Amino acid sequence: MSKTTSSSSQSRTQILNKLSATLARGKDKDAREKAVQSRLKRHKRNLVPERANLDADGQIALFRAQAEAVSASVAEVMNRDNVPEAITAHLRDHNLPARIRHGADEKLTQLPWDKAPTLERATGPATGDDVVSLSQAFAGVAETGTLILTSGPANPTTLNFLPENHIVVIDAADIDGAYEDAWDRIRKAHGGGKMPRTVNMISGPSRTADVEQTIQLGAHGPRSLHIIIVRNG
Amino acid sequence: MDITSPAFKSNVKRAIGDKQLQRAMGNVKVGFVKKRAAARENLPEFDQLRDQARDIKNHTLEHLDLYYEIYEKKVEATGGSVHWAATAKDARDIILEICQAHGARTVTKGKSMIAEEIALNEHLEAAGITPVETDLGEYIIQLRNEPPSHIIGPAIHLNRDQVEASFRAAHTHLPDDRSLEEVSELVDEARQVLRQKYIDADVGITGANYLVAETGTSIIVTNEGNGDLTQSLPKVHIVCTSLEKLVPTLEDVSTILRVLARSATGQEFSTYTTLSTGARRKGDPDGPEEYHVVILDNGRSDMLGTEFQDMLRCIRCGACMNHCPVYHSVGGHAYGWVYPGPMGAVLTPSLIGIDQAGHLPNASTFCGRCEAVCPMRIPLPKMMRHWREREFERHLTPRTVRTSLSLWAFLARRPALYHLAASTFIRALKLLAFGRSRLKSAPFAGGWTKYRDLPMPSGRSFQESWRAGGDE
Amino acid sequence: MPETVPKVGLFVTCLVDVFRPGVGWAAVKLLRDAGCEVDVPRGQTCCGQPAYNTGDRADTRAIAEKTIKAFEPFDYVVAPSGSCAGMLKKHYPELFEDGSALKASAEALSAKTHELISFLVDIMGVEGVDAAFDGTVTYHDSCSGLRELGIKEQPRKLLATVSGLTLEEMEESEVCCGFGGTFCVKYPDISNTMVSSKVGHAGETSAGLLLAGDLGCLMNMAGKLKREGSPVEVRHVAEVLAGALDDPAIGENG
Repeated sequence: MSKTTSSSSQSRTQILNKLSATLARGKDKDAREKAVQSRLKRHKRNLVPERANLDADGQIALFRAQAEAVSASVAEVMNRDNVPEAITAHLRDHNLPARIRHGADEKLTQLPWDKAPTLERATGPATGDDVVSLSQAFAGVAETGTLILTSGPANPTTLNFLPENHIVVIDAADIDGAYEDAWDRIRKAHGGGKMPRTVNMISGPSRTADVEQTIQLGAHGPRSLHIIIVRNG
Repeated sequence: MDITSPAFKSNVKRAIGDKQLQRAMGNVKVGFVKKRAAARENLPEFDQLRDQARDIKNHTLEHLDLYYEIYEKKVEATGGSVHWAATAKDARDIILEICQAHGARTVTKGKSMIAEEIALNEHLEAAGITPVETDLGEYIIQLRNEPPSHIIGPAIHLNRDQVEASFRAAHTHLPDDRSLEEVSELVDEARQVLRQKYIDADVGITGANYLVAETGTSIIVTNEGNGDLTQSLPKVHIVCTSLEKLVPTLEDVSTILRVLARSATGQEFSTYTTLSTGARRKGDPDGPEEYHVVILDNGRSDMLGTEFQDMLRCIRCGACMNHCPVYHSVGGHAYGWVYPGPMGAVLTPSLIGIDQAGHLPNASTFCGRCEAVCPMRIPLPKMMRHWREREFERHLTPRTVRTSLSLWAFLARRPALYHLAASTFIRALKLLAFGRSRLKSAPFAGGWTKYRDLPMPSGRSFQESWRAGGDE
Repeated sequence: MPETVPKVGLFVTCLVDVFRPGVGWAAVKLLRDAGCEVDVPRGQTCCGQPAYNTGDRADTRAIAEKTIKAFEPFDYVVAPSGSCAGMLKKHYPELFEDGSALKASAEALSAKTHELISFLVDIMGVEGVDAAFDGTVTYHDSCSGLRELGIKEQPRKLLATVSGLTLEEMEESEVCCGFGGTFCVKYPDISNTMVSSKVGHAGETSAGLLLAGDLGCLMNMAGKLKREGSPVEVRHVAEVLAGALDDPAIGENG
């Protein structure tokens, strides 16, 4: 699998040697190493905009406003128990079929689905035929109304892109101010320096402006993105 | 892709005479400029973030060898492979080899300027593999067999009716009487046509906006979601990228992401920013089983340690061309290769040689608008001037220019002679003008009088009248 | 504002010297009105941009050395051009090696060099001018002045004090007019597209007079307007501020 072609290995030597010859010449080797190691270990934040420096309620409000500004729709419910009804209401209001697909995330499988008796549910990664998918967000970032979703059996990545409509549940407690907060959460959940295969940062539904700079939603990914914030997740 | 940069002047003539192009460019110079200005207005720290983004890249470039050692280990630890390509040919061969090892018949592609730089599509096609561009703009120009004219809006030189014509010509399986009047109808049609291609593809190829050393991650930034479908559905994901894309940490990439979309499209953040690390994990129900990163050098390492090193900070946002009056006048194709506009005027000579691309750094008024908006604060005019210096040193500057310049410089170094010459010049012009206040043509200034009148001197030289005690 | 009478060396610029000496006289008047003592050293020629922008560093350096020397005796160097002032202020120091005596002299020149209008407002604290103009004008922000020297509000501030004058902004006033020194003759087709767009925007306003602070841009725009047969006239902003309107506008018959 990590087979390297011979041209690649020649190129590797050539490129890296040239880099070191140019960059390391006349420099203190230890100082360079130390600069790199310390930067990688410290995860020092650069300037983080003040915009999201708010209390928890402020961040939720900002997250919502920013998500709506990029054409996501947002609903808020008090408890997880309210989620199935919020989903059926959204489907009904938008003339969508009462059929969804989601992953194995317990936060989703354990919802009181009996409250939505007419809703059909399938699990697993997306097929080409799904109209609506459901995911649980790993986190949210208030500064731009961005959802953070991580890959795995709990929330397969294809559910974020292939179906026409995407519904994402996020616990209010998982909404942070800045992107950097989300990285800290990932480091905590997965161990430092380790990442899930895919981390998707999603801000609104798919769009394009490739024809005459006219913004058109639903280019290749979902045409609609609906976010359900659970206050007491 | 054929290089037409040496024919820049005839490219320009054609572009200026192209009414469709001129109409399309009219949209560019208004839309992007206003959107970026609004985004900047909306984030008080924007210019400080630009300073920091510049510093992050400078630090990374100074330690690129060390960061790459770490990055490579991280990728391999997560089940991915790193391939190094010194030249465009090396990169093409590596990618083809991976595709062939999987018996690939079709590959889907997300937008990648590096794939354009190495002319990947032609190479795959020659080997019997069908590449399918999935970014709407790239898809449109692939149908038209054209190169991109803008680094983030490949089809920005086209108008809706041209796209409609291309779709009608290509999608012959659809009814002739369908409506494609609206942009939304065009977008829908592309969506439907490409949908099955994602699912059928054997390999997905994307570019990378950034590589992260800390985690061995590659990042793509898109709005359509095509890149994500391209990389998550096929069994193999190949990332086609270049040497300068590395940044140290997720914190560092966050800072750069904050200036990227705002500078590019004026969005606060692009719709999809996707971080990919290695191959599908145990238990993952989707995602690629193999993950390859191909890192292209193609002349970039030669820029390190030179007056062109700052160009390696470029994050390909397109703000420089969005604000460039020369780009607005001629569009991207006139530049004659992959990278147009101010960033292309600096980068192209580094990659294909100044003897091929000599016009590009010369075709600038040094108005400075590109540098003023560059999120990475790259001194683009200064680097174009460095190219002119190299041309001058190598005697590539046209002989007539050199001759008149050296005559002029001879005078400019000798004030007494210069002032005499100025007065003589004025008298000669006045003779020529015959009492007229401006000339419609002048033998020595054909470039000027082709399009505009030449105003004549309004009196004797200022120096002369000052020495004479004034004419107030 | 300086406490003693400042000695100003006027850097005339080669275009003003040859094509529009009246701009030089307008500058002298404005500087004297502001309380400066003005002289015009004979040792100056051109700032060297034609060589610099063609990649000829050796000639540029030689010209820069002459200029630096010619202006050594002055407290300030003032030019009625953002482009030439920008050359002296921003680019001369880049021509010489760090630590060299010439670099130090170039930096000393840089520190005391200013474009005319920004010098009047920012250094001399001029709040207004004693001039009148009956009509509507529009203003083009020349590139070097705007982006290298930050000149934007200063000319507008002084124009606002010209009695009878109304300023109507045009679209894209900050976009290059397409002059660019030798650019306009090396790439005439692109330059023409740019200047056409520029004079188009000027023509969309109700202004009868187009102003700017750089003679290169002004000759380019005037040349285009006259070629198109437009009635819009063109002048250097200093002419209006100094009330020096006796000369016909650029390219106009007397």
